[in-house]
Amino acid sequence: MVTVAAESVNPLPFSRRFSDDDTFTRPFPERTAMSEPADPPITFYRLQACPFCERVTRTLQELGLEYRSRFVEPLHSKRDVVKRVAGVRTVPVIVDENTGVTMAESANIVDYLESTYGDAGATDAKTGTAVANGDGGAE
Amino acid sequence: MLEFDVVELGEANHPEPGDEATEFTRPLVNDEFWEDRSLSELSREGDGPTILVFTPMLGSFVGKYVWDELRDRGWDDRAGRVVGVTISTPYAVKRFLEEEDCPFPFFSDPANAVAEAYGVDHELDDMEGISEPRPAFFALDSDLQVQGAWVAREWPEFPDYDDLEDELGLE
Repeated sequence: MVTVAAESVNPLPFSRRFSDDDTFTRPFPERTAMSEPADPPITFYRLQACPFCERVTRTLQELGLEYRSRFVEPLHSKRDVVKRVAGVRTVPVIVDENTGVTMAESANIVDYLESTYGDAGATDAKTGTAVANGDGGAE
Repeated sequence: MLEFDVVELGEANHPEPGDEATEFTRPLVNDEFWEDRSLSELSREGDGPTILVFTPMLGSFVGKYVWDELRDRGWDDRAGRVVGVTISTPYAVKRFLEEEDCPFPFFSDPANAVAEAYGVDHELDDMEGISEPRPAFFALDSDLQVQGAWVAREWPEFPDYDDLEDELGLE
């Protein structure tokens, strides 16, 4: 059973939240610098509010990894892009350009992320439970 | 004689040619997915100007007329990039792209803050709490400098598209 922390609930009132958005006030040099900011190496195909996806989100954040989210639709038939990159229509899927790995199913992804980017020694002990999720963890 | 009201929208305090357009990041919606993208990032892709097109929400006849016209005039092949800005949600944009066979991606901005930053926001009468863009077009170079602009002054108002293409530098 996967539980997801309600971390996306923003306790700030709307006006405060908005005043924290620096979209329009961010100083210019960031984008006029000679070197382009590189795209995050990890692309994360996900569905809004999908618990299996949130599990991957939490792992990416815990490991401090940069990622770019691509949101797709609830209907599997409208997920051609996921089928094209991963051969399946379920999410989550990640594409990691660092390693050339494309992977589906949250249990596999979490295990992969932890063993690739986590503390090496710690992951071995966890591996047994991380992949024990019988249904694979996908929607 | 038919009586009807074309409402004056008044002057818009929008960026003029030579001004620097405001940078922003919003989910960019195509026919398959959406992801956060910045305007400056887009403006450096492809050759030619980036055309930023504000319209009323998708589903309105004003939005439909504008996007039908741009599709029929083949703007997708005539600029570096043509991209819409709408208060419609990503889900609504995707449905619109599908149903209207629309080749353009859209920034989804339900809070209408981008239109506010560009001085083209418009409060809708008796749709409490909804503000949306008035029709507006901006041609931007790869440094986000405004090369051409057209903003509606009346509600509704449509551009003369031949003049607009000259103003925006489309070939």
